[in-house]
Amino acid sequence: MHPALQGLLTITSVVAVCLSYYYLSNWFLDNVFLPARGKYSNRNINLANQIRPWLFMFPALLILLVYLAYPVLETLRLSLTERHAYGDEWVGLANYAQMIKDQKFWEAVSNNMMWLAIVPALSTGFGLLAAHLTDRIGWGNAAKSIIFMPMAISFVGAAVIWKLVYDARPIDQDQIGLLNALYLFFGGDAPQTWITKPFWNNLLLMVVLIWIQTGFAMVILSAALRNIPEETIEAAILDGSNPWQLFFRIKVPQIKGTILVVWTTITITVLKVFDIVFAMTNGHWNTQVLANYMFDKLFRANDWGVGSASVMVLMLLVTPILVWNVNNARKESQ
Amino acid sequence: MTQLKLISLEKSYNNGTPVLKNVSLDIQSGELIVFVGPSGCGKSTLLRMIAGLEQITDGTLEIDGQYMNDMPASKRGIAMVFQSYALYPHLTVRDNMSFALKIAKYKQSDIDAAVSKAAKALKLEDYLDRLPKELSGGQRQRVAIGRAIVRDPKVFLFDEPLSNLDAALRVETRIEIARLKESMPDRTMIYVTHDQVEAMTLASRIVVLANNTVEQVGTPLDLYDNPDNEFVAQFIGSPAMNLLPGEIVATGKQTKVKLSDNCVAVSNIVTSESDLGKQVNVGIRPEDLSLTEDDHVLEAVVDITEALGEYTLLYLKHVSHAANLVAKVPGTHKSLRNKLIKFIAKPSKIHIFHDGISMR
Repeated sequence: MHPALQGLLTITSVVAVCLSYYYLSNWFLDNVFLPARGKYSNRNINLANQIRPWLFMFPALLILLVYLAYPVLETLRLSLTERHAYGDEWVGLANYAQMIKDQKFWEAVSNNMMWLAIVPALSTGFGLLAAHLTDRIGWGNAAKSIIFMPMAISFVGAAVIWKLVYDARPIDQDQIGLLNALYLFFGGDAPQTWITKPFWNNLLLMVVLIWIQTGFAMVILSAALRNIPEETIEAAILDGSNPWQLFFRIKVPQIKGTILVVWTTITITVLKVFDIVFAMTNGHWNTQVLANYMFDKLFRANDWGVGSASVMVLMLLVTPILVWNVNNARKESQ
Repeated sequence: MTQLKLISLEKSYNNGTPVLKNVSLDIQSGELIVFVGPSGCGKSTLLRMIAGLEQITDGTLEIDGQYMNDMPASKRGIAMVFQSYALYPHLTVRDNMSFALKIAKYKQSDIDAAVSKAAKALKLEDYLDRLPKELSGGQRQRVAIGRAIVRDPKVFLFDEPLSNLDAALRVETRIEIARLKESMPDRTMIYVTHDQVEAMTLASRIVVLANNTVEQVGTPLDLYDNPDNEFVAQFIGSPAMNLLPGEIVATGKQTKVKLSDNCVAVSNIVTSESDLGKQVNVGIRPEDLSLTEDDHVLEAVVDITEALGEYTLLYLKHVSHAANLVAKVPGTHKSLRNKLIKFIAKPSKIHIFHDGISMR
């Protein structure tokens, strides 16, 4: 069979199976299990209405359980065991102890903290600026599309693009790296291999994520800005606010909730950052981050114990922010 | 003393659609002017032009003799109360009211004094530390009014301030605004509404806007008694004035108009001989029609009666033309339904319009 046809068939049949699950399970509930007739019809209708949400949520819950809850527990187990050819050996917190003695781990943690301090702040800040400015100009929508475009690029793709921007060629050749071209144009003496320069290379990697996430922040914040009642802005103008006061004392406070949601969402992305580092430096030259450290341990060193332990640390860092974020989003929507 | 002068103000949008044409008005200090008109007549736009929220396309706006067209909104000495209250949702009542003064860098003690004075006047003292979302609609509107008072502006602008309130609160807040005006006799207020009851009760003068321009300016009773044209006649007063087509058959100190069903309406309007034979509309307010057995100006079948206790509205089906006619007669008259009834009106209460313009 032609692969395209096969694909189409697969998609159609999977969708059909999904649809028929809802239809048939609902039919079974209403007609066989708790029929809405006979002596208990009222009780049956009420019971069926209580069961129905669970019935419909069941596939999603099952998938969450298998692909989310189980892996978390399994990772926890792996982080407490040592893998041998003859089976798993319970080692307690030994993996963790080994990990915190590893200088590379602390490099990853401190780099992650640096990413955390810089990327969400700058992405949200630039996003807010872009949202504010593009809302007031005629070609704002075109500008928005361009700023949003990096969102459509995968992290690896973005990393490749920026690797070229930071590229260095010998001095007697034309520089294809934009940064070096600019550096030489403005009087730099020799092309620099930017991504090998500790500390600065971290910032250069962060630029990639900021470049991507600014579009995300802009789109969400732009919608929030447009939701601000026009009258409150007019009232503030009549009250004598200048554009700065208008922005910082009237507009920003009214979208504070959205700013926080954007900020924390980017924070979570940042904590998980992997692809960019993996594709650009692979953690060399002091650019290691937790996710890449985990990948190194788990799949390169084949050290399942320490790899899983580092993932647990990552999860512990993400969870509180995630919980707060979800709560906040829920409050927002009320 | 604050005088507003609008000289041939014009407003059109960028695509050339005219919103307002040739609006000229003289507003004296201490007046409460009401802009009234159907939706889309430009009354809110005119208010926003005075506020400085809309660009003036052409003409001149003067406040106290000063050219104001290009003056920033905050420097015009005006405060505005919006239909949607426009409170800053993230600030408490106190901060909402003191925002303008803080921006203007007033001393904290002066701000506190102004806020507590306004809060006292508007009975908001207990709510000063609440957020707007914790207040009822009426309280929010009082905060919005308080925010305007605190600034002690020379001119207050109200943009349909009662439209978002329920009927009972509307009456209450209306009276509050009337009191507020009384307590500040030298402040000028401009009030936009589509509700003619608000217009009639609050205004020292009403400006009726329609068809992109001013139709008539006058005191409420002046507009009611002597409308310049059919639009004002029908817009002011509820139910609207009845209009009956006819032809002038006698002129002089009194004018006689023969109506389509051969009834003759006698009006105190003075006409000259040249008006003889003109096709006109006779206007009679529903409340000016009274039941009669003899000479009548109108004879019609009562289609529907609405007894409201104090008076009864009779919706009439006229023999010869289709227009909806209404009579408002004192007392209860449910039994009149489906009967042919005769009505009379005093000559002083009969209006005559030629080409839509009053012949008065």
